[in-house]
Amino acid sequence: MSVLAQCDSKETFVLNLGPQHPATHGVLRVKLTMDGEYIRQAEPVLGYIHRMHEKMGENRTWAQFMPNTGRLDYLSALSYNHGYVLAVERSAAIEVPERAEYIRVITVELNRISSHLVWFGAFILDLGGFTPLLYAFDDREIILDLLQAVTGSRLTYCYFRFGGVYNDIEPDFITGTLAFIKRLRARMPMYHNLVTKNIILVKRLKDIGFVPAEMCRKYGATGPVLRGAGVAYDVRRAEPYSVYPELDFDIPTHPEGDSMARYLVRMDEIEQSMRIIEQACTKLPNGPVMAEKAPKIIKPAKGDYYAAVEAARGSFGVRLVSDGTNTPYRLKLRSPSYSNLSLFGEASRGMLLPDALALMGSLDLVIPEIDR
Amino acid sequence: MNPPSEPIRLLAFLIGLIIFAALNAAYLVWLERKVAGHVQRRIGPKEVGPFGLLQPLVDGIKLMTKQILVPDHIDPILFRIAPPLLLIPAVMSFVTIPFSETLVARDINLGLLMIFAFASINVLGILLGGWGSNNKYAVIAAARGVSQNVAYEIPMLITVITMVMITHTLNLNEIVRQQAGGIFNWYIFRWSANPLMLVSFLIFFTCSMAETNRAPFDLGEAESELVAGYHTEYSGMGFGLFFMGEYANIVIGCSLATLLFLGGWQCPFGLWPGVHWFLIKLYLLIFTVILIRWTFPRTTIYGLLNLSWKILIPFALFNLILTGAMLKIWPLIFP
Repeated sequence: MSVLAQCDSKETFVLNLGPQHPATHGVLRVKLTMDGEYIRQAEPVLGYIHRMHEKMGENRTWAQFMPNTGRLDYLSALSYNHGYVLAVERSAAIEVPERAEYIRVITVELNRISSHLVWFGAFILDLGGFTPLLYAFDDREIILDLLQAVTGSRLTYCYFRFGGVYNDIEPDFITGTLAFIKRLRARMPMYHNLVTKNIILVKRLKDIGFVPAEMCRKYGATGPVLRGAGVAYDVRRAEPYSVYPELDFDIPTHPEGDSMARYLVRMDEIEQSMRIIEQACTKLPNGPVMAEKAPKIIKPAKGDYYAAVEAARGSFGVRLVSDGTNTPYRLKLRSPSYSNLSLFGEASRGMLLPDALALMGSLDLVIPEIDR
Repeated sequence: MNPPSEPIRLLAFLIGLIIFAALNAAYLVWLERKVAGHVQRRIGPKEVGPFGLLQPLVDGIKLMTKQILVPDHIDPILFRIAPPLLLIPAVMSFVTIPFSETLVARDINLGLLMIFAFASINVLGILLGGWGSNNKYAVIAAARGVSQNVAYEIPMLITVITMVMITHTLNLNEIVRQQAGGIFNWYIFRWSANPLMLVSFLIFFTCSMAETNRAPFDLGEAESELVAGYHTEYSGMGFGLFFMGEYANIVIGCSLATLLFLGGWQCPFGLWPGVHWFLIKLYLLIFTVILIRWTFPRTTIYGLLNLSWKILIPFALFNLILTGAMLKIWPLIFP
């Protein structure tokens, strides 16, 4: 009785998906106007975990903001570290030694694999399959152990410094990384056989949840969402940074634009990241990991600086405005999940609730990075 | 010694069946968690008692001592009546299940019909639970549950009609008796009655999984979409009863599959028939059901309905016609 009473004359009702809901993976709230199980309108409501990271950046020195970057996207924290140090190094004209660049690439790509593994497990969990999550976490655990040995933390890393990295890697790290890649290579066919080819999974993802390239352009979606729409855009190739130009890797794209395409893009990216790590491990030069002339106190010249990196979820950009003092005048973060989420309202219109949640899972949202 | 008088015998059976249902509900949860653990490279419960065997007991105490939260603006009668409505029909169905030739509470001639009559009641539990709890997720789940149960009862009943045409009886004990004498007399392998017997079994098994809201058909409680489905607002033993009802329904579904197709208490090689064979087959089927849950992702509601209306029902109908034709034609060829 009561639910019917809440329906208006158009026979729709409002469903609050979140801020606490198993499918939103955090404190995202989506206000859904439903017509039965069909979604008439979806409106993401943000701000439940807003921590004013950008404003905090204006109140602390350039170096003090470093740990904040690891707390934006807790699943691929190193990419966010990288984006920030890149922007500051550009503004202060700091040269990074080559060994440090290679270490950055290796650790960032390891972090990307671990992020994609979490997504893989959580996505299948959204679809009702419990088991893959535990297998994915099994693999991810090794990455966390490897990165912990280098960076000292397991999740919210703060490893990069302006002009290099905090400390050098041990030979054990390289052997461990290569052993891990060998292990994951052997396990990828298992994931594909048991999960990708599963008929229920294929039926739930194929030809459902279209996000065409035009919609990506409209909302500024990047990363696997854009590549799943067939556009081979990857910041590592489009605006090369670090030592990526010296490494050989492909940009996986799938032109279908459905949830399955985004799934396959991420699975292919795991393979590509493994290729990058292998090459970087063999090419790793000797030398210092910190620039000799890196100043202790950074005071970039007046100006406006921007740097972007390819994070696990898309293009992460940092725009810095410096007034020549030891704190940023303005620090603007461009986070990929924010743009990727904003297309959800349009893409989910007219979809059934379970399909829309599969679409949301395939966008791979990390809420603290949307709210910042 | 004379056999005990009828009232005493019935009382003993009723108590026994309730204990059987409760033990099954408790230890199937344990089995579920253990199997899930081993499927997922974990060990599952292990702290309470040897191999975690006392875990169900502790869980039961926890559920019973928890406060039963009753949300505002619910329908107080429907909200409270729903959990028993799901559990009681399931327990009642045990009355006609022949565990062995003699171990059956009520050997009535319409046993099969009675179980299906009770099985159609338990969908009311889902409907009223979802409807009464003033929660949009619960209402969506209730609507799903009803359409799912209606869709799957049809192919299931058509398959059962096929079986009744072959067996000429609704008495479960009689159906099992006809399957005496080894594995090839089981109805699942009775090619002479109907060459598609294996398909019948698969339809029946799929439908009984959908009827009991088990993954991959657990759309009524799809936790990643509908939080906890129709029992979102239930806590404590209200939730506990839903849970027990679900497991009792699994046992009933698998018992029926065992009785109709796998020879019930008959032995696969014709020796020592008895309750042990029934239980072995029953728990093998239940184990399969649990394994399926932890292997597959969930379907969607329209995928589920499509499967029923477009695949299972046509197949079941074809099966029915084929069986009728076989029954008439076979005696003509081999008089």
